[in-house]
Amino acid sequence: MSFLAQLKAYEEFDFKDYFDHVTDTMIFESIEKKTLDWYDFLNLLSPRAKQHLEALARRAHEVTVQHFGYTISLYLPIYVSNYCSSHCLYCGFSKQNRIKRNKLSLEEVEIEAQEIAKTGIKHILFLTGESKKITPLSYLIDVAKILRRHFAQVAIEVAPMDEKEYHQLFEAGVDALTVYQEVYDKTIYQQVHISGEKTNYQYRLDAPERGAKAGFRNINIGPLFGLGEILPEAFFGGLHAKYLSDKYLECEVGLSLPRINEAEGGFQPLSLLDDTTFVQIMCAYRLFLPRADINISTRETAEFRDNLLKICATKFSAGSKTEVGGYTKAKTEPQFEISDARDTTHVIERIQSMGYEPVYKNWEGI
Amino acid sequence: MRDILKIGDKEFSNRLLCGTGKFRDKNDIKKMLAQSGSQIITIALRRVNLDNPQDNILNYIPKNITLLPNTSGARNAEEAVRIANIAREFGCGNFVKIEIIHESKYLMPDNEETIKATKILAKDGFVVLPYINPDLVTCKKLEDAGASTVMPLGAPIGSNRGLETQSLIELIIENSNLPVIVDAGIGMPSHAAHAMEMGADGVLVNTAIATAEDPMMAGHAFSLAVQAGRMAHLAKLAKKSKYAQASSPLTGFLHQERQS
Repeated sequence: MSFLAQLKAYEEFDFKDYFDHVTDTMIFESIEKKTLDWYDFLNLLSPRAKQHLEALARRAHEVTVQHFGYTISLYLPIYVSNYCSSHCLYCGFSKQNRIKRNKLSLEEVEIEAQEIAKTGIKHILFLTGESKKITPLSYLIDVAKILRRHFAQVAIEVAPMDEKEYHQLFEAGVDALTVYQEVYDKTIYQQVHISGEKTNYQYRLDAPERGAKAGFRNINIGPLFGLGEILPEAFFGGLHAKYLSDKYLECEVGLSLPRINEAEGGFQPLSLLDDTTFVQIMCAYRLFLPRADINISTRETAEFRDNLLKICATKFSAGSKTEVGGYTKAKTEPQFEISDARDTTHVIERIQSMGYEPVYKNWEGI
Repeated sequence: MRDILKIGDKEFSNRLLCGTGKFRDKNDIKKMLAQSGSQIITIALRRVNLDNPQDNILNYIPKNITLLPNTSGARNAEEAVRIANIAREFGCGNFVKIEIIHESKYLMPDNEETIKATKILAKDGFVVLPYINPDLVTCKKLEDAGASTVMPLGAPIGSNRGLETQSLIELIIENSNLPVIVDAGIGMPSHAAHAMEMGADGVLVNTAIATAEDPMMAGHAFSLAVQAGRMAHLAKLAKKSKYAQASSPLTGFLHQERQS
């Protein structure tokens, strides 16, 4: 049974009605509970819980320190291609966009990898646009093998694949998978994914599960905020993570909260996730899934990220470049505009000055 | 009185074992060791970054401290054995804490795989300290497998909930031929003292020290608690009784009459 079955159970769920009946007592009880069920999770996501954000943040901080200490794991992304065969309204890589396209040769991947390795960060996430034709499995395997020589953990964010293909990447040294559903609301999903392989809702939805079956140690998921209605999307993202972590005990499931940033194509978000609600969702994720990594990318501003670290973020990219070849000789425009433009050294110095320990390496693939 | 904890061929006068995870600043590790007097420290090999001197945890641990690399991240015996061998090649010595976990919700150790790894590593000359769910039968199998200690958990890792498994640990202490080091769950010095009063040979504390506002003072407090608990155990304190035991019994005169 896939997560789709769980999602279907909520098709008729009236979020507004539920939220209207949430009381302060319910919220405080949910904040204090050791193990939260999905009602508790909803209580924490409710608009009323915003009035108790400080209490929620304090509890989220306590739980984070207990499980992660005063540490923050670092990683860097490497964009190896921006070719894409899908047309998605919100994405800078959409095939409709007239942007400069490029794909790194294996020699160029090697050079980029050497440059990134100089930062000392040992975890890397490699990304492509979603084109199985231009960046086939064989290419991804070759890239993985190169990166594995320079980094302790290699993660991928590429077009969803079959379990067998994921397994081949796992065998090539990939440890971790990031795949965002983008939007859980099926109607909106169909409205924003116009053509190409990405139009297949269920194939994408089940991708993290196929990755878990294939052996990846870490799976990172999340909705792209700005497409569906904010609170239900946050809820489904959390529920999806819980489903995976309950079913695949060997797998560490993490969550990201990407918000749509300015990108080629001029897409205007269908919904806006404000900073306060962002913090509320992040804290609700922490209490619902105490051990989950919460990953905050450079889509967010430096100041905002620093503040999130003090609450319950556990994973940062630092000094990211979102252009293909961005660390040596940028060959394209960025996928999205980075809001935290500090270089790696500055991010690390800031983390330390805030009394946190930057973790350059948290796993060694064996 | 000389009260020594012997593990493998090494002797330790301090029975508090510490960890390196979750500190705000790696420099605090050295200071904490100095304050606590702890002589053994566990490090997750997966965090050891030899390429980056800034991040290499080994640079922050004084040479007189015994390293106890752990196999954190291993999901089965095979992976644990590989990690242990890498640790030895890195120059971390031959002590190893077997930590095999393949569920990420509660981080419960897999006793069966731990026994398998212990057999292989002990045969290969490692001093093996296995971290386990507190189970007497497992402890006996670990003895046969060549373990040097057993390390039952008091409560889930990082939970600070104390000795939730007390009755099971008591059985192990009563029956084990190996030193028993209570690992995981100890959140307060009083938990550590309690474990030592029960007769544990040592305790391992990481989260409670590393995440304290003042890790150095916390390390010192835990060390004192371990010492107090150990002394209480050695002193063979009077046992608890359901009934009052007056220091000047009301019926004492009856015994005096008999004697006279």
